[in-house]
Amino acid sequence: MRSTRMMAAIAAATAAFTAVPLLAQTQQPKSAADGIAEYRKMLEDGNPAELFEAKGEDLWKTPRGPKNVSLEACDLGLGPGVVKGAWVQLPRWFPDTRKVQDLESRLLSCMQTLQGFDAAEIAATPFDKGEQASVTALAAWISSMSRGMKMALPQKHPEEKRAYELGKRAFFYRGGPMDFACASCHGEDGKRIRLQDLPNLTKNPGDGVGFAAWPAYRVSSGELWSMQRRLNDCFRQQRFPYPGFASDVTVALGVYMGVNAKGAESIAPAIKR
Amino acid sequence: MPDPMRIRAQAAGDKTTVRVLMSHEMETGLRKDAAGKTIPAWFIQEVTAQLNGKPVLSAEWGPSVSKNPFLQFIVKGAKAGDKIAVTWRDNRGETRTDEATVS
Amino acid sequence: MKIRHLTALAVIAAGAAQAQTARQLDQQTAAMMRASFRDQGIATVERLNQDDAQKACSQAKPPSAAVAKKIETAQLAAVKWPSDGQFIGDWKEGEKLAQNGRGMTWTDASTAAAKNGAMCYNCHQIDKKEISFGTIGPSLWNYGKLRGVADPADPASAAIVKYTWGKLWNSKAYAACSNMPRFGHAELLNEQQIRDVMALLLDPKSPVNQ
Repeated sequence: MRSTRMMAAIAAATAAFTAVPLLAQTQQPKSAADGIAEYRKMLEDGNPAELFEAKGEDLWKTPRGPKNVSLEACDLGLGPGVVKGAWVQLPRWFPDTRKVQDLESRLLSCMQTLQGFDAAEIAATPFDKGEQASVTALAAWISSMSRGMKMALPQKHPEEKRAYELGKRAFFYRGGPMDFACASCHGEDGKRIRLQDLPNLTKNPGDGVGFAAWPAYRVSSGELWSMQRRLNDCFRQQRFPYPGFASDVTVALGVYMGVNAKGAESIAPAIKR
Repeated sequence: MPDPMRIRAQAAGDKTTVRVLMSHEMETGLRKDAAGKTIPAWFIQEVTAQLNGKPVLSAEWGPSVSKNPFLQFIVKGAKAGDKIAVTWRDNRGETRTDEATVS
Repeated sequence: MKIRHLTALAVIAAGAAQAQTARQLDQQTAAMMRASFRDQGIATVERLNQDDAQKACSQAKPPSAAVAKKIETAQLAAVKWPSDGQFIGDWKEGEKLAQNGRGMTWTDASTAAAKNGAMCYNCHQIDKKEISFGTIGPSLWNYGKLRGVADPADPASAAIVKYTWGKLWNSKAYAACSNMPRFGHAELLNEQQIRDVMALLLDPKSPVNQ
């Protein structure tokens, strides 16, 4: 068997610049949106999120931190150590911390309580640095363990219901020099910013869309973004001040979007432009 | 020790599709950091694959290949249980080899 | 006995939590916003302070027609017309501004209008040659042409020219809950920049009106 030379072009399928022509030379010209959808389909096969999933699984099972303990006793809502199915029921009320928590907030609790890390320090660490990178990788793996399952956030506890109401108000809260609210971009059907489709997050936008599509690997920056990261950058684009990592507003928004997405199939961690 | 690759090899008849996801920064050497300093080039230069120890692919890559590269190729004559090994080497001389079994 | 009392207490507590009034939830939201954000770069927590227009449009339901009218009147009164009476600038600069979505985020170095873009293509189609356009706002293709503006200086076009300036300066003057930023009012763009965007839309020589 002779060795064959491989064209770099095939590997460059994941290059940040798309080579897919936006208007095909066929009878019916492809719309720009169709072309981009095709490009995204091509990328699904080699989602670099898998690299983060592998890291996350390792971090869950390896004894770490000042107490040198693994995270295998961490309760993500379905009981200590139960990972499968936990993602699609977050955020939710936790009796031990007496708070509604999303995945990242809950990981901070477990990393502090079980492993002896300083949760406030991790929250203050920039994304992808130090233990923040661990939280991201854990979020990638934990969400992957619910892939294909339907969003089913609980709304039984009064605090869960209250979080929904606060999240809804935060969603419509206009502020900043541009008067933007989440609703400015995500409050209507069928809108887009430039060529980026915007899901309507006031209701269920469908399988694998919106809340059901994050965490996700962003090809344009080569980074895996958790929902906390996604919300952080949303607020930046809204020209708002800086939301605290796992702060109340971020958890409340997660409850609002997640409950609205009830029944939507989670594809996390997904791949995005 | 560089991060491991994810390799999947699936046989369908005589053709086996191998999918490889590599963890690598793939710096072009053209980017500048916030202080204006050029970030040094750091990218995979050579990729080879072997089927049961026999070379079936070799590739020369450059800085145009993106971060966390995905490689897919089809190899003939492999069957379930065979071993696929993939090796990359970068411009710093770092290297990584990972193996997968054809399913 | 003990168990029954605890259950009763739990029910009362749950009931109390459920009986949050809308007003209480509004107050809790305000407190949550204040506690959840911090300053970063040029983006300070003052940005969370809402003016009347922002406050009235921060619910799922839009405000009543009466409230909307009150806001529009007040916002129109606050519009600053061009200091030298010149409404039209350079459409080539206008196109550059329309393409530029930068400015005012916490990763931007300054709040100076000169550093900001007008970000028009984020939400609008403008020049048909540009396929990367948003749909949050209506298409502005042939804006001046469709409105019969052959010469922006013509008195016949004065109303449209004035409306366009007013809309760019303060969108809420015409639609209380408009999604469009108030470019002049919020000092996002300066007079010259707005003149240039005006030209992109109204200059008969602009590609938008071909």
